[in-house]
Amino acid sequence: MLEDLILTVLMTSVPLVYAATGELIVERSGVLNLGVEGMMLMGAVAAFGVAMVSGSLVLGVFAGAVAGMLTAGLFGILVLGFATNQVATGLALTIFGTGLSGLVGAPLIGKAIGGLPQISLPVLSDLPVVGKLVFSHDLMAYGAVVMVALVAWFLKRTRGGLVLRAIGDNHDSAHALGYPVLGVRFMAVLFGGMMAGLGGAYLPLMLTPHWAEGMTAGRGWISLALVVFASWMPWRVLVGALIFGGITIMQLAGQAEGWTVPSQFLSMLPYLATIIVLVLISRNRDFALANSPACLGRAFHAGK
Amino acid sequence: MINLVPRKEIPLRLTLMTTGIAVALTLVAGAGIFAILGYDPLAALYQFFIAPVSRGYQIADLFVKACPLIIIASGLVFSYRANVWNIGAEGQMIFGALFSGYVALYWGGMPAPLLLPVMILAGMLGGLVWAMIPAILKTRFNTNEILVSLMLTYVAALFIDWTVRGPWRDPMSFGFPLTPMYPDAGLISKVDLPGVGRLAQLHWGVVGALLLAVVAWFVLRHTMVGFQVKVMGDAPRAGRFAGFRPALVTILVLSISGGAAGLAGMVEVSANIGQLQPNISFGYGFTAIIVAFLARLNPMAVIIAGLVVALAEMGGDAAQIAMGIPKVVTGVFKGILLFMLLAGETFNRYHVEFRLPGAAARAAAKEGSGA
Repeated sequence: MLEDLILTVLMTSVPLVYAATGELIVERSGVLNLGVEGMMLMGAVAAFGVAMVSGSLVLGVFAGAVAGMLTAGLFGILVLGFATNQVATGLALTIFGTGLSGLVGAPLIGKAIGGLPQISLPVLSDLPVVGKLVFSHDLMAYGAVVMVALVAWFLKRTRGGLVLRAIGDNHDSAHALGYPVLGVRFMAVLFGGMMAGLGGAYLPLMLTPHWAEGMTAGRGWISLALVVFASWMPWRVLVGALIFGGITIMQLAGQAEGWTVPSQFLSMLPYLATIIVLVLISRNRDFALANSPACLGRAFHAGK
Repeated sequence: MINLVPRKEIPLRLTLMTTGIAVALTLVAGAGIFAILGYDPLAALYQFFIAPVSRGYQIADLFVKACPLIIIASGLVFSYRANVWNIGAEGQMIFGALFSGYVALYWGGMPAPLLLPVMILAGMLGGLVWAMIPAILKTRFNTNEILVSLMLTYVAALFIDWTVRGPWRDPMSFGFPLTPMYPDAGLISKVDLPGVGRLAQLHWGVVGALLLAVVAWFVLRHTMVGFQVKVMGDAPRAGRFAGFRPALVTILVLSISGGAAGLAGMVEVSANIGQLQPNISFGYGFTAIIVAFLARLNPMAVIIAGLVVALAEMGGDAAQIAMGIPKVVTGVFKGILLFMLLAGETFNRYHVEFRLPGAAARAAAKEGSGA
């Protein structure tokens, strides 16, 4: 029972790790993309649709990554090419992604993924038949950790990471030194979209094997909060995601166990926890802002 | 490559033109999406934007639909002008409905003429209280108001769900999650002019919403409060030198936008529903964000923007009924419209020059040789 619970917590935190790690790179480059929720939904619907039609989980995951990237590209063109307000453009991306995923996904509602066995977690370990599925799930969960490690290494140990951080901290100086500010930021935004798409793909492929409109239920926003929680440090994303995964599963388990607290209050827990964590982190200015990119959210154009 | 050169001033004509072009391009993009989905684009656009208002009484309904959008957006304008990003109007609207609902359901015995005014105040207070949470957290702990106000929307939606299924449920509702009906004195009446009669579902809340937008315009344009809000948004450093207090402005604009959203919740329930239920809003709090931007953060223009966006909402219903187009397509429209408007804003603020990468290099080389 405890093993199953831990396994569920791990699985719940996987989408958050992907989306938050991607957004971390975006923000480190100085761009704030509030459209994570929309990109995740686009990734989720594309992954589910492609996996259903092709019968291949791998193709589904790939489609999710591409869909997230394309959605992010739209954001990048507007925010970087046209220097639009990043907050408003991110909101627009979420509204757009929620709408478009709902539209594209309308025929997918109520469908199960064809050709794949239902994922029933508690007995998963007992079924040798779905071993491949477990492997595939493990691959994505391990992939999340690998991505965190890669991002941490990239930021800290590579020249590219140094340039990215320089651009996020002072785009004017970076530009004066000859670094392509907008080019690097665009790549970062695309990477963030790919990661959000992967996180989104995990939901209908692994976590709940069906597609539902708006199925991310705020996970994109929680991922944004996780980046703040992690104070822009990759490994801390992992810790934060596990905490949120734990809280989510705790409230589900609580509902199943028939706690006397009304279910609505239990469902509030992840959102309330997000607020509390944000407050705890942000009240300590030195800690919160030590790694915060100085140019976060500010438009850059060379003519300035 | 796109090259941006800032303009010194933005002529009104240009703003109007880019807004018009943004709307037109949204329609073109929408037609393209309909075509891809296999619907006749012209017929779909007709269902979306003309069919909903092809009869006289429907224009009254358009105003009813726009009413909460206009009220909320009039408040959001203050917040966004001050660079404070309240995106939790949906939750504040729910709390406005809850506070005013409590008055209607439990204090209904008060003298009838008093009930509505008290409900209006309670509604505004409810939204304000809910908006005070991000306001206080932002000013005291520097916590991001975007995330907090959004998280609180989920909490509010769950909270109203609990109240109408739990403590406030009407024992006579046969298990439906509904409160008892409000007393008659707590309902906003329909506009019923002598000689003209009723205009479909048009209610006095709509008149209030229009007045509110005008008041908001006046406050923002002609008062010290409005001036402070604008300065803190455009030039916070200058504002601090002038002795304005950023924390106060933050609290003020969140109070205004939260109070307005709460009022919208009160009006929506008292005028159209008459009792509390799990869903009292259909994303009005989020849609109003687009209204505020379509209006270029000008409360007077919020009226027109509210009507345009309400038309798209009604069109979504009409197109679903007539052609079976999923209603979520409205969301796609809203997203594209917001994209177009934001890009249009760039054309307002900058001279936009498109250059091929090679051309840019050549121009740079030319500049270099010239210098």
